[in-house]
Amino acid sequence: MPGRPRPRHRPPDLRPALAVNVRRIALVGQPNSGKSTLFNALVGWRAVASNFPGTTVEVLRGRANLAGRPAEVVDLPGIYSLAAQDPAERVARDFLLGEQVDLIVNVVDASLLSRSLSLTLELAELGIPMVVCLNMADEAEHKGIRIEREKLAELLGVPAVATVAARGVGLPELLAALPEAKVPRPPRYSADLERALAAVEALLPQISGLGGLPPRHAAARLFSSEPLPEGTPAAVREEVARIREDLARCRGEDPALVLVDERHALAARLFREVARVEHARVGWRERLDDLLMHPLLAYPILALVLFLLFWLTFRVGSALEGLLSPALEGLSSAAARALGEGLLAQALAGALDGIWAGLAIALPYLLPFYLLLALLEDVGYLPRIGFLLDGLMHRLGLHGKSVIPFLLGYGCSVPAVLATRILEEERDRYVTAALAVLVPCAARTVVVFGLVGRFLGPAPALALYLGNILVIALAGRLLRRFLPGLGPGLILEIPPYRVPGVCTTLGKVWLRLREFLKVAWPILIGSSAVLALVEALGWEGGLNQAARFLTWPLGLPPESGIPLAFGVLRKELALIMLIQAFRTSDLGSVLTAGQMLVFTVFTMFYMPCLATLAALRRELGWRRALLVLLGTTGLALLLGLLARAVAVLV
Amino acid sequence: MSIDFCWRPLDALPPGQPGRVMAIGGGRGLALRLRSLGIRPGAVVRTVAQGPWRGPVLLEVDGCRVALGRGIARRIFVQPLP
Repeated sequence: MPGRPRPRHRPPDLRPALAVNVRRIALVGQPNSGKSTLFNALVGWRAVASNFPGTTVEVLRGRANLAGRPAEVVDLPGIYSLAAQDPAERVARDFLLGEQVDLIVNVVDASLLSRSLSLTLELAELGIPMVVCLNMADEAEHKGIRIEREKLAELLGVPAVATVAARGVGLPELLAALPEAKVPRPPRYSADLERALAAVEALLPQISGLGGLPPRHAAARLFSSEPLPEGTPAAVREEVARIREDLARCRGEDPALVLVDERHALAARLFREVARVEHARVGWRERLDDLLMHPLLAYPILALVLFLLFWLTFRVGSALEGLLSPALEGLSSAAARALGEGLLAQALAGALDGIWAGLAIALPYLLPFYLLLALLEDVGYLPRIGFLLDGLMHRLGLHGKSVIPFLLGYGCSVPAVLATRILEEERDRYVTAALAVLVPCAARTVVVFGLVGRFLGPAPALALYLGNILVIALAGRLLRRFLPGLGPGLILEIPPYRVPGVCTTLGKVWLRLREFLKVAWPILIGSSAVLALVEALGWEGGLNQAARFLTWPLGLPPESGIPLAFGVLRKELALIMLIQAFRTSDLGSVLTAGQMLVFTVFTMFYMPCLATLAALRRELGWRRALLVLLGTTGLALLLGLLARAVAVLV
Repeated sequence: MSIDFCWRPLDALPPGQPGRVMAIGGGRGLALRLRSLGIRPGAVVRTVAQGPWRGPVLLEVDGCRVALGRGIARRIFVQPLP
């Protein structure tokens, strides 16, 4: 950020008296309006915030201390309107309407104010106290949009605060405004629409199953598209249908669209009253698309960006590994000698092996990779890749929006599977999730670079990535045969380019690394200890023999059986256990080039790790998760055999 | 150069040329989705870029950029503006 002083993050500190007893504050707004950034600023680093719509697909909760009283702050997925259309939006709407929310902070991208006010007016119908947070005030200024905050606050009947959440600007003011929150003034539509809505509202007591929805909102929902709940009396059903038909006849338009268009017209009028648009500055950020989206240059640039992502990861990673590995290995073998021979001592030595392996083998590749991925996300290039690859994705029976889960898959498969919630169609979500788990995640990158990259060179490692893309493309074409039908196509908001904030980007890298340190590292250490114990007891021969059905056809040495089994817990373990099983980190001396290739290819594709399986089960159900498991393992076996054949021939 | 002011599908609007949305084909779900992004009858749009090989259209509407697949762009009819 250009040299302005960044206010230090202060823990929320409120004026002593809160007007209402606020227990739960929900951040609600359109996608990419900066809710997660604001959430992080309020409760500390919890949420991944990026520059693409639909980063948040779950409800995230955090605690803040409001005037000495604990309150829960909730970060919801972005919604364009309360008429939810994809699962991420449904999550947000159901939370907002189903849980007790005491206060809404409507986070608005001030640079898109006219569009965003439609949602603000829709929220105003819920009857929940609200504060409007005009976020990204700096971008609005850049676009030449001047907003009269007091006037907006007066017209809506709620406080309005300008913020730049990414830099912490305006947060004290926002916190100070929370106790002033008021129930907003609901919008007034044209007389005929008001009459129709009131008529539906009058019928509400006779309709059960609306679960205490605010009456105005419930009427609007019945009016739009939602079918009436089961068990509604036929007379009421007919009455609602008649009201809708009457309006449709008068307006010559679907009542749902009439309502949305009126709300938009009110929002547009509100915008004209509170904002002036002076001439916008056109800078590099607006012109960059002329180059990066250029019909001819865009694709070479994309290829270069992706190449640099992996090449830099490999370069930095192998340099760090070379620096750390010998020292830590020496330390751990010295410790093992000092510990002696007993069973417990050997288990402890194994645990030490796990500790150094996590630090010296996994972390060196994870750190640069997460950093580069975070930069790509925050600049705003990710959705543009979706635009560029839409045509290609159509050949896989998908469209460009699926690119976002795929690219997140290079980081970790779990968020990739969750990110399929931004897709509207169930079938698209299934196909995308099934293919996204084939994308080599950071853990598999550790195996690819730590084995093939280190011992066979960077070119074969990069070739594996290209081959992986080819396999995913072929698998996609195959899936298209079994699961035909394509959703309506790509509709994706492309956010402006942004200079990544140091705090946001590093915070995100830290969140992802913390995930590794908190979840994966202990598994690594525990598994190393277990393996050491198994070896001390002399059981490894039997276990490896049991895995021979897999390692024999692939031409792998028997010792690789246990590592592949452990790889199901975490994919890095496959490599780390291999080092432990052979008691050397110089795997080049115990494995042939062909064996390394086969091992890596198999690890790249075989069954997703347990955490990913859990995510698949949650998003797709047992049956489909099981199908993905069988499919990927079958594919891995097939490709492993193919790699063996290639290695023999070359 | 003379401009033809006839309605045409959005994907036939040359890049850089502004146009006014006149009609949107397709169902209610699509219409609602497009409206939430500011694409509604009466809105002024401008094509920023078109993906090659029947790829999507990158639009600017309401000061915001939206990518639309070709199949959707074909259902939106626009009148070119001078």
